[in-house]
Amino acid sequence: MMHKRATTAIVVGLAAAVAAWSAPVSAAEQIELPSYEWSHYGPFGTIDQAAAQRGFQVYQQVCQSCHGMELFYFRNLAGIGFTEEQIEIVASEYFIQDGYDDFGDPIEREGRASDSFPDPFPNDAAAAAANGGVVPPDLSVMIKARPSGEDYMTALLMGYEDEPPEGFDLTLGKYYNKYFPGHQISMPQMLYDDMVMYEDGTESTALQNAKDVTIFLAYTAEPHHDERKQLGMRVMLFLIVFAGLMYATKRQLWSAVKH
Amino acid sequence: MASAPEWKNPVIRWVDRRLPIFTFMHHEYVDYPMPKNCTYLWAFGAISMIILMIMIATGIFLAMHYVAHTDHAFNSVERIMRDVNYGWLLRYVHANGASMFFIAVYIHTFRGLYYGSYKEPRELLWMIGVAILLVMILTAFTGYVLPWGQMSFWAATVITSLFSAFPVVGDPIVTWLWGGFSVDQPTLNRFFALHYLLPFVILGLSVLHVAALHVPGVGSNNPKGIAIQGPQDSVPFHPYATIKDLYAFAVFLIIFAAFVFYAPNYLGHPDNYVPADPLVTPPHIVPEWYFLPFYAILRAIPDKLGGVLVMFASIAVLFVIPWLDTSKVRSCTYRPIYKWFFWLFVANTMLLGYVGAKPAEGIWVLLAQLGTAWYFIHFLVVMPVVGKLEKPSPLPTSISEPVLHGGGPLPSGAAAGPMEKA
Amino acid sequence: MTDTTHPTGVGADDHQETGGTPRRDFLYLATGAVGALGVAGAAWPFIHSMNPALDTLALGTIQVDLSMLDVGQSITVTWRGKPVFIRHRTEQEIEQAQTTDVADLPDPQPDSERVQRPEWLVMIGICTHLGCVPKGQKAGDPTGDFGGWFCVCHGSHYDTSGRIRRGPAPRNLDVPAYAFLDDMTIQLG
Repeated sequence: MMHKRATTAIVVGLAAAVAAWSAPVSAAEQIELPSYEWSHYGPFGTIDQAAAQRGFQVYQQVCQSCHGMELFYFRNLAGIGFTEEQIEIVASEYFIQDGYDDFGDPIEREGRASDSFPDPFPNDAAAAAANGGVVPPDLSVMIKARPSGEDYMTALLMGYEDEPPEGFDLTLGKYYNKYFPGHQISMPQMLYDDMVMYEDGTESTALQNAKDVTIFLAYTAEPHHDERKQLGMRVMLFLIVFAGLMYATKRQLWSAVKH
Repeated sequence: MASAPEWKNPVIRWVDRRLPIFTFMHHEYVDYPMPKNCTYLWAFGAISMIILMIMIATGIFLAMHYVAHTDHAFNSVERIMRDVNYGWLLRYVHANGASMFFIAVYIHTFRGLYYGSYKEPRELLWMIGVAILLVMILTAFTGYVLPWGQMSFWAATVITSLFSAFPVVGDPIVTWLWGGFSVDQPTLNRFFALHYLLPFVILGLSVLHVAALHVPGVGSNNPKGIAIQGPQDSVPFHPYATIKDLYAFAVFLIIFAAFVFYAPNYLGHPDNYVPADPLVTPPHIVPEWYFLPFYAILRAIPDKLGGVLVMFASIAVLFVIPWLDTSKVRSCTYRPIYKWFFWLFVANTMLLGYVGAKPAEGIWVLLAQLGTAWYFIHFLVVMPVVGKLEKPSPLPTSISEPVLHGGGPLPSGAAAGPMEKA
Repeated sequence: MTDTTHPTGVGADDHQETGGTPRRDFLYLATGAVGALGVAGAAWPFIHSMNPALDTLALGTIQVDLSMLDVGQSITVTWRGKPVFIRHRTEQEIEQAQTTDVADLPDPQPDSERVQRPEWLVMIGICTHLGCVPKGQKAGDPTGDFGGWFCVCHGSHYDTSGRIRRGPAPRNLDVPAYAFLDDMTIQLG
């Protein structure tokens, strides 16, 4: 039976090793993130549409003056419950530069569903010049671009301290943030209680704003999130049935073999 | 072994008379004698082959949408994720498939190490396998560069810079690899070309790998490590091995699907969702998990050239294992001492992998050095010496006979017999 | 999996040749069928990935400003990667188009079915024969024997309504879906 044990040991060992290795590798200085509840976590999780819509409001009223989302299209708002008409209205509030007219001058037109959220600055140099030398990053895939993206985003937005700790040498024009690597961030605190008026009556605390915009950005990072998990459930069920049938067939076939 | 089948279908008979492909397939995949005691560990060769097919299929369809240009690569991958129909599925299958491929191949490799599948007459079979691993490493590396995220860019920079360690020729080689003076458009373009080519090299090598297995007198090894002595020891490949392999693959697919659908980015690195920036290196660059042991070996040596040479040596040494193992017995089941060294080696490899993911400082450097030392001691000292000194347990007389217990006298010729060809 | 026979020969003495019991045959059949279903299901994402992507489909509409077009002038705009001919027709062209005897045409269609407003002809500028772009948009282009458009690839003549009159093309030039947003703006798609 040695080989049976060997089989199990090798498989289990390698699986454990994969799990251990691939866990997010700690930095020299690991900042402990607070952990929040996210409805879209877990195999049955779906994006909370109401929260994502509120988060979109936060994005529009707070974030978008500095951050674009060039990979996220107005039409993608349908995935968090916007109707076609609503999307057209949202899009028409943006100006999109689209080609050149007959005199070679750039054309600016109203946005359409097929456009993406434009960058607020014409180019990186302009963005840097307007923001103390730092280009505000595009937010389209931000949640996937940071370890524990959701927790990090909310923690970061809530992680400002008015005064840096004693002895901390804060550079002029930077802000102290508990969760930003190095603790010196160029973005000032943006969220304060009751700054955004939620249309659905949800109490608009800074933490609520942060969580909502995080859920919205989780959606922008992965518009197919819900579809992925729903398809996954069907595939898993199929595979379990299939593997069961295969096992029965295998047993049946091998039943005549002495081994 | 079996005579050519009589084909009843006239079309098959017509074709087979002119191109005996059906007879060939029947001979290699129906009649091929499989030792009947093979465990599920023997399924990982077939599983690897199926994953290779999945990787080639998803890769070809991804290539229809991917743009190998520094300005567009990142966004074209995101377009696949967002706009291409089922593009997210194809990409997640492809990205996680790389990890699954390495899992299957590593299990396959460690199975070969445990049961002595590299020993005479399977030396060439083993060496082709190591060549496959080498090309897989190149394929995975070139593929990782294509999304043109931060990890892509810096992996390309760091790994190509390994060659700068060589005196005189080093820098010209790196410039040649880059096609410029940094990792840039020419590099991305050629990496795409190579990433499309190399899987077919793997496929070709895999065909050779199977051909070197399906040689009369070689054939599949088995948990007892002794040869098939007659028809009572084996079963026909089809349907016995095919159904067993496919069942194992179905189970493997459940794990694969769990990653694809529920944790598609778990094995990846968040920094690769940040577009490549040649001016900013991410604070902690770590290779994909399947390279971590090699990465630990590289960093264990405090000398640039030394680290590179030792890392290359860690793969090169695999080629000569068949001649380093001096034991007369294949399977670790009958090697009471070496068996423990095998598990020590497995543990050591995992230690190296763990260390490879840690920052190169403090205790981790020392552990990396110890692990690297043991890696080579295992192959260069333990394998030859233990093989000479160890007294193997009594071998069974055949695959179908039960193991002889009680240390009774071996049947005459049994000690040498099992190693002979069938 | 479909081959349920036990090959004889190798290891034959280990197998008891039993005839297929219905239960066993059903198991094999079910496994094979479910496997085939899985392969077919897995093929669909690959096939569907080659269909137009969401961004391609989303770019389905464009708006065109017609105010720059004098009578007798044409413009070509790109819509879904195809040339769309827009012509501000003259009185004479409209009359020709409307008085043609429809019954004699290879693809009978009255002009009224091809335009929303007689002075504006909007159609996809791709010859229905093999996909070339017919001449006739620019001053000095050949316009064919019927004063409309002429496809130089294989000699198809189109009239002032874009209908095929002579040559190998099987159909009139296609009219895209469009709508007048106001007197001087149309939206394609």
